[in-house]
Amino acid sequence: MSLVEVDGLTVEFGDLRAVDTLSFRLEEGAALGVVGESGSGKSTVASALLGLHRGTGARVTGSVRVAGTDVQEADDDALRRLRGGTAAMVFQDPLSSLDPYYAVGDQIAEVYRVHSGASRRAARARAVDVLDRVGIPDAARRARSRPHEFSGGMRQRALIAMALACEPALLVADEPTTALDVTVQAQILDLLHSLRQETGMGLLLVTHDVGVAAESVDDVLVMRHGRAVERGTVADVLGAPSAAYTKELLGAVPRVDAARPVRADAAGDVLLEATDLRREFGRGKRAFAAVDGVSLTVRSGETLGIVGESGSGKTTLGRMLVGLLEPTGGQVLLSGTRADAGVQIVFQDPVSSLNPRRSVGESVADPLRARGDKEVRGRVEELLERVGLDPAHYGRYPHEFSGGQRQRVGIARALAAEPRIIVCDEPVSALDVTTQAQVTGLLRELQDELGLALVFIAHDLAVVRQVSDRVAVMRKGRVVEYGTVDEVYGAPQDPYTRQLLAAVPALDPGVAARRRSARRELAAA
Amino acid sequence: MTGFLLRRALGAAVTLLAISVIIYVVFYAAPGNVAQISCGPRCSPAQVQQVADQLRLDDPLYLRYWHFLQGIFVGQDFSTGTALQHCDAPCLGFSYQTDQQVTQLILTKLPATASLALGAMVLWLILGVGTGVLSAWRRGRPTERILTGITLAGTATPVFVIGLVLMIVVCGQLQWLPFPQYVPFSDDPEQWAWNLLLPWLSLALIEAAKYARLTRASMLETLAEDHVRTFRAYGVGERSIIGRHALRGAVAPVIALNANDFGSMFGGAVLSETLFGIPGLGRELVHAVNVVDLPVVVGMVLVTGFFVVLANAVADVLYAVADRRVVLS
Repeated sequence: MSLVEVDGLTVEFGDLRAVDTLSFRLEEGAALGVVGESGSGKSTVASALLGLHRGTGARVTGSVRVAGTDVQEADDDALRRLRGGTAAMVFQDPLSSLDPYYAVGDQIAEVYRVHSGASRRAARARAVDVLDRVGIPDAARRARSRPHEFSGGMRQRALIAMALACEPALLVADEPTTALDVTVQAQILDLLHSLRQETGMGLLLVTHDVGVAAESVDDVLVMRHGRAVERGTVADVLGAPSAAYTKELLGAVPRVDAARPVRADAAGDVLLEATDLRREFGRGKRAFAAVDGVSLTVRSGETLGIVGESGSGKTTLGRMLVGLLEPTGGQVLLSGTRADAGVQIVFQDPVSSLNPRRSVGESVADPLRARGDKEVRGRVEELLERVGLDPAHYGRYPHEFSGGQRQRVGIARALAAEPRIIVCDEPVSALDVTTQAQVTGLLRELQDELGLALVFIAHDLAVVRQVSDRVAVMRKGRVVEYGTVDEVYGAPQDPYTRQLLAAVPALDPGVAARRRSARRELAAA
Repeated sequence: MTGFLLRRALGAAVTLLAISVIIYVVFYAAPGNVAQISCGPRCSPAQVQQVADQLRLDDPLYLRYWHFLQGIFVGQDFSTGTALQHCDAPCLGFSYQTDQQVTQLILTKLPATASLALGAMVLWLILGVGTGVLSAWRRGRPTERILTGITLAGTATPVFVIGLVLMIVVCGQLQWLPFPQYVPFSDDPEQWAWNLLLPWLSLALIEAAKYARLTRASMLETLAEDHVRTFRAYGVGERSIIGRHALRGAVAPVIALNANDFGSMFGGAVLSETLFGIPGLGRELVHAVNVVDLPVVVGMVLVTGFFVVLANAVADVLYAVADRRVVLS
């Protein structure tokens, strides 16, 4: 008997068939990665393993057996015993997945008591135990902290501790590292890896990130539109994919170790010069410098990548370059262009950065009207066409477009004012990899055609390597490393850059294992 | 936490001071002869002059307000023309109808109103929050539909209708209770409770409808949150999910609304007080307005404001105890 047996599973939400006659097995102690883009049905599968669709209005057919329990047929009590006791789940967003009102240790203890019937005292002790085991320092004291007193990585560790509390046979992890920084992600993946070795529990890892799967599992199941596209060992599927979709998916994944072809005309005149930029937030004791003395230049026709983890100050820096934020110290000098139209910005979230109540054409027309143009429609249609949208969609509203299309609208809006520099703040981080590749491709086309300079801000080291000519690595408001892509990625000088690069998940399982041991050495050093 | 408490107390004090300024200006700086208004239409010119002297109407407004404040904090001496009358702090002046100290008057009426407000609040919270939780739990089932219907009817019914119907049925036809007649708690606690039962119930039934709707909406919101999903996925029972995890997050708006409702019962429960013959602040206020007894009106309005502000401050502290993140922001 396998640990997980899924046969002909179909899950429908109204008219939408999220999972379509899916079948797979997971042996005891094995690790399976379910990989797919958004809408592929991968998370729906994870929920189905714990019977979480029961009572939600979703229509589930087919059979799901976990450790011998038929999830479809089990009564409510049996299902409750399965949840947490036999199979435990770790969710994507570690902040919202814990109850803000109770101490972390108490929440774990509560779950443990439900399944073991232990006394309060024993359950508390168990909570401290598992918190210690997932690497929370000073676990006995931190068990009394509330979730908001934990960092993102610690919260995810706490959730994993909750999962471990009842020693389940199966751990279901739904995008467990998607909300985390890359170095923290590496720590969590390493933790999952070592826990699996220690406890021998099975792992079903749901992720959109092929690299994360390659790091953590033995087998991969690639999903698309609710169906299994391909299944095999990590080495087979990622090394020699047989399905066309898998090939396409893998082709779109940005590689941190693949250099961008050197471009001859990359270094033009200096367009923008930032000197000793500083920006402080807060007053008095709470004041802190989000950006603390950054100097850099942007040349025409080049792409400057700015990479850093959350809180590094990269977005604050980007906003100062555009003039959306006044620097506390230092200055931004633009040469030869009107300052207001010279630099434009493309935001991360194309959903919230477009007004939902205005048509996309109107949004693109705003910068034109702002500079006094009267006849804008023709120009807007031209711009929409230029970014690969149908000009006839002028009157459509943002919700009628996909994420990638909305980001194209954002780019058209930035182009409207004919800037010489566009600052892109995480322009592709909300997009699937295949869409990501299309958007970065568009940016490069525009750059070649219009001689634009791009400042590309992102947390994803691989994407930055793919698009940039030069790179600045930021940490705690400062640039710790600044140079050409090949210098920074090929021969990083700063220990932080090395740590970042070592944390990037590798697609090759062999490389992943080497990186893992490299991380251990870095941590020990 | 200490810093938070201090900030909150300071905020309450500033609010009260602002309220006192507004009330004072509204009543005493209004156009017309304040002395005539204060004294009433039947006063002789000599009496009006006496009131004008007493009110120190020749002083500028800010000085008069200053004396008013002084009265509250350290007491004040009033000249009645022939004699000096001392009024101990907190002094809100003298009624022009009865010559009684306003503070005294309020103190005699306060217990009845406080009895009514406290009991009704306890009942409406139990009924309202209970109904709200139940209808969120049984969402989409017949139980919820029935409860929603009842609460809708409750919101739409005025207090004097429910109160009258209750009195006619319970006291008149069934004769389970005597017609309510206020008995002070200090006289006979048992009689106090029996006689207040109907007023409590009629007020609570109406208020509970509001709380049921709020609690239901708030519960549905928290039930959809990620952390609730976590505990479901860990096999925690529905009872614990509702009671421990969803309700805790859902009570914040209930606490906030309750603070206002409870506070405004002091001076605002005229209808129930009149209907059930409870000698409380609301009835006294209406009476004072009718006879244009300005010092009493100003004092009562100020006391009502005091209770609203106090209840809100208490609510904020309770909220901070429930969710410590509040203290941080």
